[in-house]
Amino acid sequence: MEVITIQYKRLTLLCGHYGSGKTNVAVNMAFDLKRQYDNVAVADLDIVNPYFRTKDSSEDFEKMNIRLICSEYANSNLDIPALPQDMYAVTDDKSLKVILDIGGDDRGALALGRLAPEIVRENDYDMLMVINKFRPLTPDADSTIEVMREIEAACSIKFTGLVNNSNLGEETTAHDIINGDAYAKEVSEKSGLPVIVTTVKEELAPELEGKIENLFPLVLQAKPVI
Amino acid sequence: MADKVLMKGNEAIAEAAIIAGCRHYFGYPITPQTEVAAYMAKKMPKIGGCFLQAESEIAAINMVYGVSSAGKRVMTSSSSPGISLKGEGLSYLAGSDLPALVVNVQRGGPGLGGIQPSQSDYFQATRGGGHGDYHMIVLAPASVQEMAELTVKGFDLADKYRMTSMILADGTMGQMMEPVSLDFDIKPAPEKPWATTGTKLEREHNIVNSLSLVPEELEMLNMKRYERYKQVEENETMYEEYMVDDADIVIAAFGIAARVSKNAVNEARKQGIKAGLIRPITLWPFPKAPFERAVEHAKAFISVELSMGQMIEDVKLATSCKVPVTLCNRVGGMIPSPEQVLKSIIEVNNGGVE
Repeated sequence: MEVITIQYKRLTLLCGHYGSGKTNVAVNMAFDLKRQYDNVAVADLDIVNPYFRTKDSSEDFEKMNIRLICSEYANSNLDIPALPQDMYAVTDDKSLKVILDIGGDDRGALALGRLAPEIVRENDYDMLMVINKFRPLTPDADSTIEVMREIEAACSIKFTGLVNNSNLGEETTAHDIINGDAYAKEVSEKSGLPVIVTTVKEELAPELEGKIENLFPLVLQAKPVI
Repeated sequence: MADKVLMKGNEAIAEAAIIAGCRHYFGYPITPQTEVAAYMAKKMPKIGGCFLQAESEIAAINMVYGVSSAGKRVMTSSSSPGISLKGEGLSYLAGSDLPALVVNVQRGGPGLGGIQPSQSDYFQATRGGGHGDYHMIVLAPASVQEMAELTVKGFDLADKYRMTSMILADGTMGQMMEPVSLDFDIKPAPEKPWATTGTKLEREHNIVNSLSLVPEELEMLNMKRYERYKQVEENETMYEEYMVDDADIVIAAFGIAARVSKNAVNEARKQGIKAGLIRPITLWPFPKAPFERAVEHAKAFISVELSMGQMIEDVKLATSCKVPVTLCNRVGGMIPSPEQVLKSIIEVNNGGVE
């Protein structure tokens, strides 16, 4: 099937509400970017969540020769907010194309503040808001935009686009994706930001081809416990 | 069916509490239950409720005592070490016959332990936790949906029996995301004529207190409280039975261990072993009836736990030790795999482990 070709800027910043699926999107975008460009890194700037980190995918990154910039303490069960020691590679090494996974909500976005002036000065970035209609605190356009504004205020960078990641986990149906599409369009209209992609778990993609614009099939990273 | 939302177990508890009419939350952050507090912090101010991050767990549980005395639905949440800190308050709540909802999303222990899941606070929850003769109603969810449902149920039971309901979850339940339906049948909270809501000069003062210096009176209070506990034991046990009717090997497991065990039971059945599962949903009162029935045909029981073997004592009591009960466990934040449980079933079925 035909899959959207995303035009990646040098930096792709993924922010969003807690639990909106940023890490899953980040990992999949890194795989996608690697198909277009050689020197790719994933930067994990999550200072909120000690679980479910990009480091869960470190073996895949290694196999695909994708650099992982993340805190020494990610997935170590040491529950302290920490940033990667090599995080300045994101702004210093201009040959890198980077997918940045920012922690949830405005609290998580604070971590981006230190890099923000250089990111804005270089001006080769997209800052994407990952949205999910089925999360309890962002069920509609207004509540989603409220979270967007909080994140922008915390990190001093304005959003440039949306990633519609509306899903109900394993139970997601094509009908849910179509529901999520209407929501994403409303967020887009009210915020003036384009929906860059609409994600869908791989298995559902064929069913939705032609019905949803800019479909981006996802290989789910977080495995259910049982 | 109403629309579903995708929630973490911790968020489901918080939202369900709000739906149940709880407008007062006091807590102190600790992994892996922090999302309960984070959710309350975001939502309570928008609905005229009170979220307060206390200076400690001890302060938080005493704030719960205060709000409950005034007759309002109130809750706190924590994880294992934080629950130990609340122990004194839990005893005072019991001694004052105050309803409250307390959530323990357990992590590995003892001490500070780790941040991965555990069920090793079973003794603490089912045997009281604080000092004195008392019980809490202990509810053990095994899905995000049940995290929400048992929270609503917990408030109802707490008000009905003037007791603390504890949601005894584990880190997995708190952190996992599943679709949830929040379409509940909410009953109004019962009248609380004992609450300290102001006399308006129309009635005698209500006094909420756990101090009782006359031993004859204190004895009477304890006796009366245990009459109430007996009603809870008679009326409120909850459990799920899975393929138990003809089972030779019966697993006892709750929470995440029950989910793992169900897979193992299915696999054992495929291999021709008659395995079944009893999943206690109330840990106190412990559901003795399904065990008393199963022990008539089962040749052995296996208690699957994320602890060094705590619920196994209740399984032995409920089966009067008529047949062997063995333990299948992982601890320290580890979770038994379906393969480990299946291996245990096969061994016990072969009569190899006593």
